[in-house]
Amino acid sequence: MINGVIEWLHATLPLPGWADWLWWLVVYVAASLAVLLGLLVIIAFLLLMDRKVWAAVQMRRGPNVVGPFGLLQSFADLLKFVFKEPLIPAGADKAVFLLAPLASATFALTAWAVIPVSENSWGTWVVSNLNVGVLYLLAISSLGVYGIIMGGWASNSKYPFMGSLRSAAQMVSYEVSIGLVIITVLLCVGSLNLADIVNAQKTGIGTSAGLPGSALDWHWLVLFPMFVVFFISALAETNRPPFDLPEAESELVAGFMVEYASTPYLLFMLGEYVAIVTMCALTTILFLGGWLPPIDVAPFNWVPGIFWFMAKATFVFFMFAMVKAMVPRYRYDQLMRLGWKVFLPLSLVMVVLVATVLHFGGLA
Amino acid sequence: MNQLLLDYLPIVVFLGVGLFIGAALLAAPFLIAVRNPDPEKVSAYECGFNAFDDARMKFDVRFYLVAILFIIFDLEIAFLFPWAVAFKEIGAFGFWSMMIFLAVLTIGFIYEWRKGALEWD
Repeated sequence: MINGVIEWLHATLPLPGWADWLWWLVVYVAASLAVLLGLLVIIAFLLLMDRKVWAAVQMRRGPNVVGPFGLLQSFADLLKFVFKEPLIPAGADKAVFLLAPLASATFALTAWAVIPVSENSWGTWVVSNLNVGVLYLLAISSLGVYGIIMGGWASNSKYPFMGSLRSAAQMVSYEVSIGLVIITVLLCVGSLNLADIVNAQKTGIGTSAGLPGSALDWHWLVLFPMFVVFFISALAETNRPPFDLPEAESELVAGFMVEYASTPYLLFMLGEYVAIVTMCALTTILFLGGWLPPIDVAPFNWVPGIFWFMAKATFVFFMFAMVKAMVPRYRYDQLMRLGWKVFLPLSLVMVVLVATVLHFGGLA
Repeated sequence: MNQLLLDYLPIVVFLGVGLFIGAALLAAPFLIAVRNPDPEKVSAYECGFNAFDDARMKFDVRFYLVAILFIIFDLEIAFLFPWAVAFKEIGAFGFWSMMIFLAVLTIGFIYEWRKGALEWD
């Protein structure tokens, strides 16, 4: 899609040979800005939805003052953060202290360069349709740990230090099971490209039974245990309740963010929410058929794919919000036990099981 | 331009734009917000008293152990990726070699478990 725009620009407004790359740069900067700003606006409303769901479960109204139904609450919060006094603790390592939130937010945002949101006759709607998209996402989400470790260490305060240690240990523990879950999906698909993974879900259980393409073909049904493990691991990986131990208010105040105020704090929160939305999008791509309609018949397949993608990702986010509202917090040793002694063996067995079924079932 | 560059340069541009948005947000309050630090405000947070030693202290060795275990298993996953992608082409030989590798790994995992490396209390 983007290449088409670049060719069209070259054809209509030709540039001298030495400036040949200029249209390329302009178009990619514009595309990146569009994706990022769109993402940030969507996150502003998802954040409000998170708070509204939480409030509704607790029989409260939630934010309802700024704008109709409180719709502008997140934008008011942004302004408030920008006008707050930024504090840097006296004992902190200033450069690392400020670099940490920047790293956290930037790495989280960068993941969106490879996430395809739709596909039609123009091509795949993505900034870079990388052939190793899944590997890239895993690498980028691992880098998120750096922001937390840097923030906790640079603060030179006890609570942030403890919080960052816990957070890092938790994130790396659950990354192992996320990796193994992704392996089972790759075994079924045979490609690391995210668009290929979605397109592989066009056929499956439903179509082999003679039905039109539907939600029954998606991986959530064939790999149901893996879908559950992935969802729970995603909660732990993004430090969401019930696994929000780094921020456990009752013991660590706010974890690695204790010393942060103003926009450095905002950037940490932004990084966290972008990571959550990335996980929702990844769940949608791996298990819920990405932009494919729930039933491939009219009028459902007239709706643009991006609508289905956003609807599914929002549904997963809604599940995240409900879990946050309903489930009590885990204790740290229980969290590590769940990660290493339950999810890791379970997903390892599932990798072997899926491979065996594919190999001996003649599906490979 | 070759295909590798065409795939990865957009990501560099994307990273640059993301970095710019983050840096703009980070710089904004330093430019427009009132800054009025005093020794109480900029001291490290503790429960109502002055910090009595440095926060960069000794920490539990189990965090280190978890990091080591993570490296082992993450390497293994990196090893599984190409196998999973090529699974349909490598046939019985590929399948059985990976099963033997996973069996060896499982023995190591059981050893770890029995040694108590996964205990947290």
